[in-house]
Amino acid sequence: MRAQFVLSEIGVGLRRNLTMTFAVIVSVALSLALFGGALLMREQVGAMKDFWYDKVNVTIYLCSKNDAGGGAAGAPASGSCAKGAITPAQKDEIKADLNDLPVVEKVYFETADEAYKHYKELYGDSAIASIITPDQMQESYRIKLKDPEKYQVVSTAFAGRAGVHSVQDQREELETLFQMMRGMNVAALCVMALMLVIALLLIVNTVRVSAFSRRRETGIMRLVGASSFYIQMPFIMEAAVAGLLGGVVACGLLLTGRYFLIDGGLKLEETMPVVNFIGWDAVVSVLPLVLVIGLLMPSLAALVALRKYLKV
Amino acid sequence: MIRFDNVSKSYPKQNRPALRDVSLEIEKGEFVFLVGSSGSGKSTFLRLILREERASHGMVHVLGKDLARLSNWKVPQMRRQLGTVFQDFRLLPNKTVAQNVAFAQEVIGKPRGEIRKAVPQVLDLVGLGGKEDRMPGELSGGEQQRVAIARAFVNRPMLLIADEPTGNLDPQTSVGIMKLLDRINRTGTTVVMATHDQNIVDQMRKRVIELEKGRLVRDQARGVYGYQH
Repeated sequence: MRAQFVLSEIGVGLRRNLTMTFAVIVSVALSLALFGGALLMREQVGAMKDFWYDKVNVTIYLCSKNDAGGGAAGAPASGSCAKGAITPAQKDEIKADLNDLPVVEKVYFETADEAYKHYKELYGDSAIASIITPDQMQESYRIKLKDPEKYQVVSTAFAGRAGVHSVQDQREELETLFQMMRGMNVAALCVMALMLVIALLLIVNTVRVSAFSRRRETGIMRLVGASSFYIQMPFIMEAAVAGLLGGVVACGLLLTGRYFLIDGGLKLEETMPVVNFIGWDAVVSVLPLVLVIGLLMPSLAALVALRKYLKV
Repeated sequence: MIRFDNVSKSYPKQNRPALRDVSLEIEKGEFVFLVGSSGSGKSTFLRLILREERASHGMVHVLGKDLARLSNWKVPQMRRQLGTVFQDFRLLPNKTVAQNVAFAQEVIGKPRGEIRKAVPQVLDLVGLGGKEDRMPGELSGGEQQRVAIARAFVNRPMLLIADEPTGNLDPQTSVGIMKLLDRINRTGTTVVMATHDQNIVDQMRKRVIELEKGRLVRDQARGVYGYQH
């Protein structure tokens, strides 16, 4: 009796405020989708960071024979490469010095052939890749640091040394990309906050309208001694059902969003093979959180609104 | 059953208190008329009993409980032992007669079997047997008030509060309602009824409590309505 009674009350309430209910569902869905999107974006940045930072932090490019006296592209020789390609003795010296540095965790040596191979992998079909040859590539030491922030140490030690073409902090290049993604993240969170405020205001208003249109019922309930829980529950359940529907829509948006951006539609996975994209599992792991927030947030908003508009 | 000890009630933003130093006692099984002109404090008196308001000074005891010390979450339990009837009936227009009465039991979680038994019984008592499935809009004013009384009485309250229950009814219909309230009173239920109806009070010869500008000015067993009003 009780469950059936409460359910029928909720159904009546939701239908009575159909337009409001719809508005609540849409605003909750949008705010939660943005919230989920922001979470996933952060995860994406994290995944990319892990991917890149784990591999290498600093690269020391060594002089190749092209660097002396102009090289193939006619670029002016840089000062430290004026004497042409690096000698094996210089190479060993650098390697030994690197191993002596306490901040260095590991050193890989990349030969020109390997560099060529990686370049081909990255830019396989582009025009420039087809005219480049292995001997145009630079040899390099790829260094993994114990603490990626200590880039300066390596930089000051090796920049300008004979045989060293340049020292590059890999993070610098990545940082611009990450900064952009973080910016987008902040923007998404701001829009989310705005949508959330709209959603909450809509819920408060819906509850107010609902409480007003049902003031006869609630008045009688109060007089015959219904508990406040019993009086408030239909309102809260209404908000919860609308919120949950919004959460379900948000989950749908996130799933189609990932599909559109990464697999189908924009096909980022194909056009940007270097990037390590988050998988379906990451998206799916966000969904329960979205649903729970979709359920709880409107319920809490309704509860707060009831304190104001429904005297028990 | 009801005891007021030096009760005063003032509302914010009002200079004159609605009730001033009222002390009285109503015993179990009594039938009490509450009379007085508009603004004399009748409604405040009833609202204090229902604990819709709290006294500013003094103590209100209802059913042996000090209402000032009754915590909010226990108020519903207390109200289940009270029945309330109003001048404007306050029925739910989209529910049938039987559903209106059943509503009072559903919302306090009575089991379905009990409701199915109690509703026809109380409708018979108020003289509405056979009209279970009618809508309130199809009924006369007197019949609607009977539905309201059935709803107030279905949970077998110890105390029935009636706020001008005949205020919207013609004299003949009013007599019928009064007979019904009298019958309910004879089952042992205490009845407190606020009214403006001189004929009824004079005919029934019950205890009369008169309020004037918030003060208790008359408390008379087997009283009459009074002359100046």
